[in-house]
Amino acid sequence: MSTESNSVKRTLLTPFNIMAGIVILTGVVLTILRFTLGLAGVTNLSDDNPWGIWISFDLLCGVALAAGGYTTSAACYIFGLKRYHSAVRPAILTAFLGYALVVLALHYDVGRPWRLPYPIFVQQGTTSVLFEVGLCVFLYLATLFVEWSPACLEWLGYKKARKTVVRMTLALTILGVILSTLHQSSLGALFLIAPSKVHPLWYSVYLPVFFFVSSIAAGLSMVIFEGTLSHRYMHDKMDEKYLSGHEGVTTGFAKAASLVLASYFCLKVLGIAMDNNWHYLTTGYGAWFLVELLVFVALPCLLYAMAVRERNIPLIKWSAALTVVGIIVNRFNVSMVAFNWQLPAVDRYFPSWMEIAVSVFIITVGILLFRFISSRMPIFHEHPDYAMHEPEPAQSPRHGLG
Amino acid sequence: MENAFYTLHDFMLHTKSVAYLLVGAMIVGMLGFWLYLTGRDEDKEIK
Repeated sequence: MSTESNSVKRTLLTPFNIMAGIVILTGVVLTILRFTLGLAGVTNLSDDNPWGIWISFDLLCGVALAAGGYTTSAACYIFGLKRYHSAVRPAILTAFLGYALVVLALHYDVGRPWRLPYPIFVQQGTTSVLFEVGLCVFLYLATLFVEWSPACLEWLGYKKARKTVVRMTLALTILGVILSTLHQSSLGALFLIAPSKVHPLWYSVYLPVFFFVSSIAAGLSMVIFEGTLSHRYMHDKMDEKYLSGHEGVTTGFAKAASLVLASYFCLKVLGIAMDNNWHYLTTGYGAWFLVELLVFVALPCLLYAMAVRERNIPLIKWSAALTVVGIIVNRFNVSMVAFNWQLPAVDRYFPSWMEIAVSVFIITVGILLFRFISSRMPIFHEHPDYAMHEPEPAQSPRHGLG
Repeated sequence: MENAFYTLHDFMLHTKSVAYLLVGAMIVGMLGFWLYLTGRDEDKEIK
């Protein structure tokens, strides 16, 4: 008995678990400080900078990187690319946890969590873009919960309930795509109200289009990136069907991401042309804009294309990581770096270590939940009771995106 | 001030002209990019 408890202790005391424990403890302490001392106690937010890293990273990046849910389910169920079916459950789980953590993170910014349902059920600001974002996130989180629930119901053994939910798959996917299209673009539209605050190179009337198109690339890249990490750390949870389809999913998604990034690059260039902002490119902000555009959009686009041609899976994975970093850089630029660009340096915002620690805490909670769920429920493998009904695994695509 | 725009019409004419030229180049560029992206697949299919 004591030998057994010793081995459990040994398996729990891994470097990852110890680090996660420290982060969680720090996060709990900071949460108490946030809700007792207020925003001023833990953040560098001010009247000039009311939105900080919790909005830039937790919300804007969180929502963009959770776009893998609607892109994967749309590819599989709407465009009929059933060969990507094995990627749907991990993508839906990532999206569900991503959105759930976006809502959790929002509590830190907004405060008074008991008032969170007010904008939806009590006092709707129907003329506000932020209301539309809130409504869409609320509805999409509910949709993702239902889309994820078959895995949970299979695990719990509720066959009838699972059957009912699976019948709604197509309707849920369509609803998810509509809601995502609306709020991914509306997150960009939020900044349309501040033309004098956002640097002209990042400000454009096409911001909603930029946010939506880049979210597709982010979603596709995140599926590849998350699949890479899962392969490395959760290989033992994957069945033969998932493993055999992995290369096909990676190649197909890389091809799609390459095309989307090429389109996004063209749109960004057109954005400069339509506002005649070429002269800003020779300034310091222009140099940083070019870094974002060339290193984090054009470069991964070309790397993806080269990797797809050569069937170079490691290069695809590096390109996915670069794209994910690029999306984070873009959201940071729009909401922090290029925001209030005309203010003197002393009035500019830089997050406090406590704000950053809360964001790290939220990511850690997400990773732990992902690990907990995917190591217990049929996410990377099929439940034996339902294995017969699933489509064929992915093969390396030969034509178009398929 | 040779690049100054005195009317909205001047500005729109300039930006729209540049945008139309860019879109033309982008359509051709995207076609080439698509051929590059899928070219190797077709090679394999022929073999």
